[in-house]
Parts: sequence; structure tokens; C-alpha cells
Amino acid sequence: MIPLQKWKSKRTFLSLWQCSLQSLLVFAFGLGIGFGLSSFLLRIVFEEKKQEHYSMIPNDPHGHLPDDSDSQVLQGQMNFNADHGHYAEDKTVAEDLYKKVRVLCWVMTGPQNLETKAKHVNATWTKHCNKVLYMSSIEDKELNAVGLDVKEGRDQLYWKTIKAFHYVYEHYFDEADWFLKADDDTFVVLENLRMLLSKYKPDQPIYFGRRFKPFSKQGYMSGGAGYVLSKEALRRFIEGFKTKQCTHFTSVEDLALGRCLETMNVTAGDARDKNKRESFHPFVPESHLVKSYGAKTFWYWSYNFYPTEEGPGCCSDLAISFHYVDSIHMYELEYLVHHLRAYGYKYRYNTDTE
Amino acid sequence: MISEGSSFIKGMLLGGLFCAVVTLLGDFNKGHQSTTDHHHHHHHIQAPSEEELLKLPEPKRLELSQNIRVYCAILVQPRELSYWAAVKETWSKHCDKAEFYSSENVKVFHSVNLDTKDKWLMLRNALKHAYANGKGYSWYFVALPSTFAIIENLKFFLLNKDPGQPFYIGHTVKSGELEYAELEGGLVLSVEALRRLVGVFSDNVKCPEQGSALWKLTEEKELAVCLKYTGVFAENAEDSEGKEIFNTKSVNALIKEALAEKPQEVVKGCCSDVAITFHGQSPNHMQVLMYGVYRLRPYGHTFHDSLIFLPPVDSDND
Repeated sequence: MIPLQKWKSKRTFLSLWQCSLQSLLVFAFGLGIGFGLSSFLLRIVFEEKKQEHYSMIPNDPHGHLPDDSDSQVLQGQMNFNADHGHYAEDKTVAEDLYKKVRVLCWVMTGPQNLETKAKHVNATWTKHCNKVLYMSSIEDKELNAVGLDVKEGRDQLYWKTIKAFHYVYEHYFDEADWFLKADDDTFVVLENLRMLLSKYKPDQPIYFGRRFKPFSKQGYMSGGAGYVLSKEALRRFIEGFKTKQCTHFTSVEDLALGRCLETMNVTAGDARDKNKRESFHPFVPESHLVKSYGAKTFWYWSYNFYPTEEGPGCCSDLAISFHYVDSIHMYELEYLVHHLRAYGYKYRYNTDTE
Repeated sequence: MISEGSSFIKGMLLGGLFCAVVTLLGDFNKGHQSTTDHHHHHHHIQAPSEEELLKLPEPKRLELSQNIRVYCAILVQPRELSYWAAVKETWSKHCDKAEFYSSENVKVFHSVNLDTKDKWLMLRNALKHAYANGKGYSWYFVALPSTFAIIENLKFFLLNKDPGQPFYIGHTVKSGELEYAELEGGLVLSVEALRRLVGVFSDNVKCPEQGSALWKLTEEKELAVCLKYTGVFAENAEDSEGKEIFNTKSVNALIKEALAEKPQEVVKGCCSDVAITFHGQSPNHMQVLMYGVYRLRPYGHTFHDSLIFLPPVDSDND
């Protein structure tokens, strides 16, 4: 009996011990699982925090960590990528005007100027035209140059102009609302031209440019600064030659054209901005912007139809054209107008819709 | 079985608790360390990212834009008077403070007279003066009068950088082992970098007044050597497309290069849209750049910029 009891107690003890061992093992197992699971969960939570911490470490290849103690470790983002220069650009108004105000640009050039001038015009501002043509005496397929029936030379300029407008009228009249003439050393900002023209209708007999006053009642537009005719103005120009009301009476192209349009009752428009600053310019920006650049006896001052000045008041912020622009300057102006800007700057001059 | 189940659960809970305690303790230690570092080395909060900025209302963005303050130190000599005048009339008006440091006193314009023609000494003393008098400015921009700078683009570039950290940025060049920022392209130092620099100026072994080498190094190289001793290294600045934003050449010169090397994409290939400096522009041409940067633009293109910079008062060419 006693051995059985002993055996039983032994057994219970053993089983108790076995039981506690078992529960201990289970407990330990649970401990391990609990630890592992929590560790895993916490790592996920803290990983996000750690990500922020890692972005504080220099990621730029030019960044160096100094040899000294890590109390001098560079913190703070070393991201030298000035992003977003062009990202937040909203072109919708310009794109809308491109569709609504169609401008055909024709550039007065010649075979000897195709490589040296016309090529650079073609690489810059004419990309912003709805349609562009180069008017020469010899056809050039690469540049889309028309071979007009004219000779080259300064005395042929009005003939070239007449034939160019006739060519445009015959082939492209329905493709545009306004027709711009420019030289191969004129730089034009089409977006600003469209802004001006959007205030008028193509069926109005009107034309715009840098208005000069001599030799005519209503003045005429400087040839070099570029001028733009409405659809109706072009129609009347062609009509004038058809009915012989307009003739080739001089080779001075801009004056002659001005006289013809005056005869045909086309209005010489005012292209100045809200602050009465000129938009079309017969010289490069430097000539207009720098005070006392030219002498006061210079012909320019007596030619200007409207009063104007040297210095910042010379030119509208939304200038349309400049003249005597050489090839390098073409690219520079394209860069200054369409690319380089002062980030975040609030312009002094604003149009009604800006 | 039930007792085993409960043991398991008890074990799991205890294990989880133990793990959490260990992790939090560890993190707390790390956190504590970083806050002490924080107190020693920077007192500024890092600027928010552009995306975050755009969400703020306009007055708040204007306030943040005004918190990035740039002190411009322009080193001039009397023989460069026409450039000096051009800088005074143009881009320097956009600095929060523009100080002209001259080799000698000139009646026509106010300047800080450094009374020396030695370029390294000029640079040293100008920076010492700038640090002593430029309280409240976070960034110091050093330029020559033949440099044209667009301070707004500099501020945009510095937007996400902590001035309490040592920054020394510009158009860098490597000369042997030394990388330095070319002075012609303009260079910018954070207030922390300047603080360290002024500190090492008093060390005649590491950063002597007469120059550190047997032969004379240019002042831009001397600057790099001194800064290197304080653990500050030159960094080259680029835009998101890898284009240089501090330029040591004029727009004209860069276009000529682009015409020769990348004739298909001259305008885009030549220069950054957010360029900060150009060098070698004539005084008259600086007026053209003022007009081109701050006024002339195509109608119908608007930018939703995160920073707002107002035009300076008493100025009409911008």
C-alpha cells in the first residue's frame, strides 16, 4: 500500500513536474512568439519614422562627410535638384489663344541669308506661329522657302512684299485670321501678339506695328519691327493692286504699304499696352532700355507717332517684337522670353486677366 | 490543456510586452541623443517641401518666402566703376541686404573700405565684416560686379536647405585634391559655414592671412582650403535636369557653345530655366537681363510657384 502511495505521489510529483515543465515550455514558446510578433509589428511602425530620418542623410554625390566626429555630421536635406522650375506651368490661356487667333508669319529673307539668319529664326520664334513661310527669290524645300518672282536687293523690298502677300492670299488666306510680316533679323513674341489681336476681329480693316508719323496722314508701320494685317486688311491690300488704287510707287516697303492701306481705308492701330508703352520695337532691347544710348538728334525721335522714352518706360512687359537681332541674340531672346524667369516673382505690370 | 493554453497566452503577452519595452527604451535613447545634437548644431526648423508649401494660404507663403534672407557681399575695385554702378542699379536691389566691399574709398558710391588690393585679404575681411554685421541673415552670397544674379532663384534653390548646416555652394572646379567654388559664378555660404570660417580665420597655421601655400593661390582656392579645415566642402549646384545654375560665363557665350555642341536644341541645351548667375555681362546688358528676367514674358503662361517674392521698392527696371 505504502509503495503504491509513494509511487502515486512520485507519479503525481513527476506528472506535476511534467505538467509545469510542459506549461513552462508552452509559456516560453508563447514568450518567443509574443516577442517576435511584437518586434515585427513595431518594426513596421517605426520603419516609417526611420524613413524620415534616412532622408536627412546626404544623398548627393557631391556631398562629403567630414573626417571629424559625427557631431558634425551633416543633417538636413542635401537635395541640389531645384525641381519644379517648369512643373507648375499653366499654358492653357496661351494654348487657347493659339487656336482662336491664328497667325500666319512670313519672313522676308533671301538665298544668301538662309543659313546665316533664316535658319536661326526657324529654330526660335517662328515655332510659335500657326503657319510660317520664308519669302525668298529661290525656292528652298528644307526651310520651306518660297521662290517668288523677284530679284534680290534693297530696291526690291516692296516688290517682294507685294508678291509675298499675293502668294499668301492665293494659298493660305483661309488658314489664318492675321498675317504677320517680319524680317530675318526681327524677333517676335507670338503669344503677346495674339493677346493684342484678341481684342479685335479679323474682319476689321486694321493693322498694327511700330507706328511712325512722317510722309502719311495716319502714319505707317516700321518694316523692321514687323507689322500684322487683319484678314480684311490683307483682302483690301490685294484689292488695291487689282483695282490699281495701289501701285509700286517706291521701293521703301513700309512707307509704301502704309500708303496703300491708308488709301484702302485700313486703320493704323495703336499697339501700346495699358500703360501706353510700345510693343513693337525697331531696335534691340539694349538700345531701348539703356538711357542716353543714342543721340537726341537721332531720326528715331522725330519718327515716333506716339511719345516714347529710353529706359524702362520704352517697352511693354508684353513686348511683341525687336529688330536688328543677330543669330546669337535670337537664341538669347528666346531663352529670356520662354525659359529664364525669376521664381515666385510677382510682376509689377499685370494685364486685366493675369 | 486549459492551463497550457493560458500559459501560452501569458507567455505571448509577456513576450510582447518585453519586446515593446526594449524597443521603446532603445528609441528613447536614440531620440535623446538626436535632441542634444539638435541643440548644439541647429536652431532652425527645416523648410517644408514644395508640395506642402503650395497647400498653405498665400499670406503664410509670403511670410515663409520672407524668412529666407540673403546678404549679398559684392567685392569691387574702383576701376570697375561702370560694373559697380550697373550692379547697384540692377540685381543687388533684390538682395535683402547688399553691401559693397571696396579695395579703397570711392566718393561716388558708398562702400565698406577694406583698404587693400590683396584679393584674399579682401575676401577674408569682407566675410568677417558680413558675419559681424549680418545678424539675422541665413545665407551669404559673394559675388563680383561682373556677375549678374537672380536672387529669387537663389532663394528657391535654398528653400529646402537648413542654414544651420554648413553649406558652401557654387560652380565648382577641382584642382588636384581641392574642390572649390569659382568666385565669378557667385558662391553662397550658410550662416553656419560662415561662422566656422570666421572661427578658423584666427588660426594662423590652417588659414593664414598671407595665404597657405608657398606660391599664391587664388582667393577662391584659399577660401576652399580654410573651409575644408572646418569640415565644410564645396558643392556644385545643378537643376533637376543636371544643368548648371551658377554660371561662370555669359548667356551669349553659353549659347555659342550650345550652337557648336548641341545645334538641335540650343535654347534648352544652353542654360537652366532657374539659373542663378551669369558672368561677363556688360553693364548695359545687365539692364537687358533685368528686363528679360523680371518683365518680358509670353502672355498666357502662368506659374503656380510655392514662394512669393514682391518687387523691391524704389525700382523701375524690374
